[in-house]
Amino acid sequence: MKILLMGNPNVGKSVFFSRLTGIRVIASNYPGTTVKFTKGYLKLGGELAEVIDVPGTYTLEPTSKAEEVATKMLKDGDLVINVVDATNLERNLFLTLQLLERDIPVVVALNIWDDTKHRGIHIDVNNLEQVLGVPVVPTVAVTGEGMKELVSRISEAASPPVSYRTRDERWAGVGRIVQQVQTVTHRHHTWLERLGDASIKPFPGILIAALVMLVSFMVIRFIGEGLIGYIFEPLFNNLWAPVMMRLSEFLGSGGFLHNILVGKLINGEVDFFQSFGILTTGLYIPFGAVLPYILSFYLVLGFLEDSGYLPRVAVLLDTLMHRLGMHGYAIIPTLLGLGCNVPGILATRILESRRERFIVATLISIGVPCAALQAMVIGLVGGEGWQYVAIVYGTLFVVWVILGLILNLIVKGFSPELLVEIPPYRLPPMRMVALKLWARILGFLREAVPVVMLGIFVVTILYALNVFDYISNFAAPVVSGFFGLPQEATAALAIGFLRKDMAIGMLSVLNLTANQLVIGSVVLAMFFPCIASFVVLARELGFKGMLAATGIMIVASLVVGSLLNLIL
Amino acid sequence: MTFNRQTTVAQMRTGERGRIIEITGGHGLTRRVEAMGIRPGKKIAKVSSMLMRGPVTIQVDGVQVAIGFGIARRILVELESK
Repeated sequence: MKILLMGNPNVGKSVFFSRLTGIRVIASNYPGTTVKFTKGYLKLGGELAEVIDVPGTYTLEPTSKAEEVATKMLKDGDLVINVVDATNLERNLFLTLQLLERDIPVVVALNIWDDTKHRGIHIDVNNLEQVLGVPVVPTVAVTGEGMKELVSRISEAASPPVSYRTRDERWAGVGRIVQQVQTVTHRHHTWLERLGDASIKPFPGILIAALVMLVSFMVIRFIGEGLIGYIFEPLFNNLWAPVMMRLSEFLGSGGFLHNILVGKLINGEVDFFQSFGILTTGLYIPFGAVLPYILSFYLVLGFLEDSGYLPRVAVLLDTLMHRLGMHGYAIIPTLLGLGCNVPGILATRILESRRERFIVATLISIGVPCAALQAMVIGLVGGEGWQYVAIVYGTLFVVWVILGLILNLIVKGFSPELLVEIPPYRLPPMRMVALKLWARILGFLREAVPVVMLGIFVVTILYALNVFDYISNFAAPVVSGFFGLPQEATAALAIGFLRKDMAIGMLSVLNLTANQLVIGSVVLAMFFPCIASFVVLARELGFKGMLAATGIMIVASLVVGSLLNLIL
Repeated sequence: MTFNRQTTVAQMRTGERGRIIEITGGHGLTRRVEAMGIRPGKKIAKVSSMLMRGPVTIQVDGVQVAIGFGIARRILVELESK
């Protein structure tokens, strides 16, 4: 049996799904996360039923891609669990009536039931059940309340004879039902609602946004540094380093294989930052230095998402983003990109038009530094003083804006207008935050790390075979002429495509001036993001789109590197 | 309660209330907007608007919806008199 979980966006459908099936899913407060649907299984009277989390939809007359998918999926289902937001009965019932018109049995879950009390909403459930002619069960998916009863009543699902000829008739039907079963008593605004209204006004909304950003970054750094200092660094230094020293001895402390696996020994010891071996620096950078920051970054982002704050940021930034060829919602993939560009580019799927997806993905891969890059830029340039780090970040931001302005002018097509529900603030359910963090970390380990490791493997062999010396000679005029960097930096920049860690390490031993370090970091950040994001870029934009993005990337980094060389 | 002056959601002031009279524009747009509960006859309140023709947030049936300025210009309302 195939059970479809259907409902409007923002009704807690994904949490509902994870309660029902116990499977790990991503749920968010913003519409569109489930365009890629999720499947799970539910034990139903000795039989295993397939449960499908259908993308959130307001109507069965498809008005967006997600809704098209939803309508198509309806054809293969055997039964629908219609998840309804009990605090917004009227709008939700429109979809319910459309579902009843179809020839498929339906059960209705009145979700977010706990909120109706605070909001002064009273719904006569028995009456609603009679009017609709299908089982109606109040539920609170976040706590699991009512889920058992819902499952036990799936067998009573029915498909009563209902038919409305037009949309207006259907809306009138909804109106009659709501009048019959719901009474609303007046109540005062809660402080959360006041805060909600304040944070979506230009003033003080922008101030609040700035404050939220600042606090978020402080928390991310605090957690990230804590994880590194207390967990990851001790693990590598106390457990992994002795193993590597053993291996080094076993391999005879030198030779081709030793150079590839362990790398150079610094003062007779393994140095995770400078040895450059696949098993030393190659493992340390993704797991020891980057993973902790990815963890803390996505933890904080998950909180922001599930609290309902991000849609407000999207509204605040919509005007600016439109000038750059995107709409406000594009800020979500962009923010994700600050953790790792791979999930950022993948998240552009929530955007409707191809044009917008191209612009957002290109801008992410050029102007948004991932956690790995940021850690290395800070390591490389931070020693010269924080003002230089600020120059790197500032330059990347300006590049992001100017490139957006240009792409908005030259890329054909249009970016649709904003039309989005602003969910009320809710305390993020810990369970969902944890599940989502887990899913994202797994995604990073599965999608990004293997490709990065492969890149490390290839580059280390090429380096051992002196291939980069040839490339250096070939590209040296550009590097020294345009960027004002010494010829030795060429190899570093070339290696940067496959191994950012090694590139930064190579730059750090060249005795560059602070300005040269800034130029080197900016060019490295813009030019060839990393092999993993390259692969997803090709997958998401197609081969042609990837080539176009690459062309823009090369031109932009040449121009920006040269300009910085002139200005600084 | 009486309703009087007509205007568009785009031109309403923050905090003003009104009732939707008509949504002008293509069938597709009307359908998308109506599906989110924004329909003729509904009472709405304007929660906020961004500078420089940015999006407008309105409240309908206790739900807030942000809509682009272009869409807001096509929603005709009758203002509620104070």
